[in-house]
Amino acid sequence: MTDYNVIAAGDTALVVDFGNQVDLNVSAKVLALAGQLNALKIDGVIETVPTIRSLSIYYEPLTVSPLWLERQVAKILEHLDQAPETGRTCDIPVCYDPELAPDLEQVAAQCNLDPAKVVEIHSSRVYHVYMLGFLPGLAYLGDLSPELALPRRTTPRPRVPEGSLGIGGKLTCIYPMATPCGWHVIGRSPTPLWDPTLSRGALLRAGDKVRFQPLSLREYRRACSDGILAVPQADTSH
Amino acid sequence: MSAALRILQPGLLTTVQDLGRVGYQHLGVPTSGALDPVSLRAANILVGNDPTEGALEIAYVGPTFVIEADGVNLACAGAHASIEVLPDETAASGLRYASMQSFRAQRGQVVRVGPTSEASVVYLAVEGGFDIEPVLGSVSTYIRGHIGGWQGRALAAGDALPLRRNIPSERDELRLDGLDLARPSRFRVVLGPQNASFSERSIKAFLDGEYTIGPATDRMAMHLDGPKLEHIAGHDIISDGIALGSIQVPGHGRPIVLMADRQTTGGYPKVATVISADLPALGRSRIGDKISFQETSIEEAQQLRRTLLHQIDVIPNRIVHTHRVPDDLTACLLANNLISGIVNAQLAPFIE
Repeated sequence: MTDYNVIAAGDTALVVDFGNQVDLNVSAKVLALAGQLNALKIDGVIETVPTIRSLSIYYEPLTVSPLWLERQVAKILEHLDQAPETGRTCDIPVCYDPELAPDLEQVAAQCNLDPAKVVEIHSSRVYHVYMLGFLPGLAYLGDLSPELALPRRTTPRPRVPEGSLGIGGKLTCIYPMATPCGWHVIGRSPTPLWDPTLSRGALLRAGDKVRFQPLSLREYRRACSDGILAVPQADTSH
Repeated sequence: MSAALRILQPGLLTTVQDLGRVGYQHLGVPTSGALDPVSLRAANILVGNDPTEGALEIAYVGPTFVIEADGVNLACAGAHASIEVLPDETAASGLRYASMQSFRAQRGQVVRVGPTSEASVVYLAVEGGFDIEPVLGSVSTYIRGHIGGWQGRALAAGDALPLRRNIPSERDELRLDGLDLARPSRFRVVLGPQNASFSERSIKAFLDGEYTIGPATDRMAMHLDGPKLEHIAGHDIISDGIALGSIQVPGHGRPIVLMADRQTTGGYPKVATVISADLPALGRSRIGDKISFQETSIEEAQQLRRTLLHQIDVIPNRIVHTHRVPDDLTACLLANNLISGIVNAQLAPFIE
């Protein structure tokens, strides 16, 4: 059994909330619930939005009752042991050169590490996509090594360029477009994460895995001019 | 040359909007869409369009544009706005129209939509709609993400907004009488999802207090000045989904209602959510307006939603057909300084 609350967010949304935490097991439940609920194609369910800690279910109350929806959620969660993974892994190139990483030095100093070690730690993990949010195509990836865990910058930057690689708390992300940013920027990726003209829109989906491939500044510049796209690969073991 | 509206002055914030982008929030894409979907539908119905067609959402100060089509039937619905059709770009005055009625403009004529009053937004629909490719199923403009609408942004001077029709259909002018666009005396909310993050006293102050819609308000967020709320367990939460109308409270304690262009997820506790039936009225509220809130139940909210949807359904029944004033007659009267314009004084879109 899973501890969760179903909370109303107005009269057209329910939030299935698993608590205020960043946790891979919670994320697995959220994503499995989303998958199973979406597969039921319930008349009146408009869309579901998985987040790190909850699943928002947007519905038409004149078609489906929230109480009935809540019972479906309970039924699914009762039998939810192990969430299947999406089975997609995406290699995303990132350049950690100081020229593109305004906060790398400071992050290294605050974490008592060499900048090179920060890069090594950051790029040697396989990250889980918890959710997309904040901006189109922006994926929240975790978990960051505890060695790199820092609170947000005290003063957010008014604008960081598209592709900026940020870290904050247990999470890391690449900003798909220029935006204000409170996280520490330790690199930049040449890979477009969002393109509404493509049918997929966003490169990543919640539940995907991501590996970062370090690039030199020269490789980064070549990748930018070549317009290299990363493509998530299906993991054939599933 | 293809049919278009060529923008001379864009107005304060004029964007193409329809009923929004549904089904992409899991990719981080906000729904966007009309702040006042009731008025959007009314504008479309007045020009014979499908009610869900994209139209121009005009906020506070309207645009001025030249007709680059043989003719076009247009209509505004929502806020009061004075609409003037001038004979050409050099003319000082022309025929005047009000919101809630259709009118026609011919090639080379200039349409000037004045400042809005009573409400913040008015919708301008054109017969046949704008010839704009939907992005992810919608023509709504999401400015921050540069998605949809006209080049992903608000209109600018020099834009030529393509029209699907070059020639207007021959039909009566239409007028919409008695559409109730009055604001509820208090906006009804369902508490939550994170009302437990606030002290009882704060929630009481929130429900008893009066708020002024602040100047930073935009399509994304309505900033409210009034009684502050006090968090009992910090103001940062792990990101959670954000429903339309949810009221988040950052560290400064002042509530922010999240509107059409809200981000899909966020990290501040949300004390309450405005019910769906009251969202169009909230969307058309103006900066400087005073508003207050009242707690209600899901059941009542659903009943009120049913009532609102019924009101929308019967809009076509309220349409009144009026004879078109022949273009050559009005042109003749104007040319001879016999009239300075035509105003329909019977319109009363705001019933108190």
